[in-house]
Amino acid sequence: MSAAATAHDSEAAQTHEQRALGFWLYLMGDAVIFALLFATYVIMVNNTDGGPAGRDLFDLRNAAIETALLLVSSTTFGFASLSARTGNRGAVLFWLLVTFGLGAAFVSLEIREFAGMIAAGAGPDRSGFLSAFFTLVGTHGLHVSVGLVWILIMCGQVMMKGLSVPVVSRLFRLGLFWHFLDIAWVGIFSIVYLPGLL
Amino acid sequence: MQNHSGHDLRSYLIGFVLAVVLTAIPFYVVITHALPPSRAMILIGVAAILQILVHLKFFLHINFTTTPKENLLAIVFTVVLIFIMVGGSFWIMFDLHQRMAV
Repeated sequence: MSAAATAHDSEAAQTHEQRALGFWLYLMGDAVIFALLFATYVIMVNNTDGGPAGRDLFDLRNAAIETALLLVSSTTFGFASLSARTGNRGAVLFWLLVTFGLGAAFVSLEIREFAGMIAAGAGPDRSGFLSAFFTLVGTHGLHVSVGLVWILIMCGQVMMKGLSVPVVSRLFRLGLFWHFLDIAWVGIFSIVYLPGLL
Repeated sequence: MQNHSGHDLRSYLIGFVLAVVLTAIPFYVVITHALPPSRAMILIGVAAILQILVHLKFFLHINFTTTPKENLLAIVFTVVLIFIMVGGSFWIMFDLHQRMAV
């Protein structure tokens, strides 16, 4: 490899490291937001104003399916990252689309759950508990939806630009985002759904 | 591109299996009511913390050798912030709750 190419590579690596750190700082800010929404939920969980509580509303089977969908999607995204490292474009697209499908199934289940609760008169305006619930779980669902749009954008970039250095660098940051959302979901089923049904 | 050691198929699969186990245990306890609620809560909490560590290590590849110092510092700073803000909120709100109840 020529000296110029080596210099170019190390410059690209440095740019990648800087952007990864910047994105990591954003994720840590997001972690603080989620932590405070969790704290609000824990403080409000008993303020049901005579309305339905968690045990009347939550469906453990639904929560288990949502958990499985997100966990498997985190793993399939890992396969996409590995395929990007070996330069296998078709495999990257395949695993990104599988991840998208799992994430979309998660969001549709969540929307159905929310719609069912609102139809049963347990919307976010019913009690402090439900306001906190919809804010916390809805914020997570919104993040996953943004992640889905991002996955589609990256599919387009992988198809049109190939696995160029900037595209792989963006895929890496999308991976950080997607795995981070799975961690936030661990908090949601451990603080919202499981204690609510205990 | 990332020359992280352990950033391979095995890492994702180990992470996946550990995460499944650490998810299945608390769900099983809640479904079967195998433990009294206070003990079940402790188990749910311990499983959640372990699972978050599993995700950080096997999916996000955070470790003490290849992860840049700045990123680790950001995590430590975030944990301190969360501890102060969440702990402080609980302290104030539960104290208030107690005083209002008397």
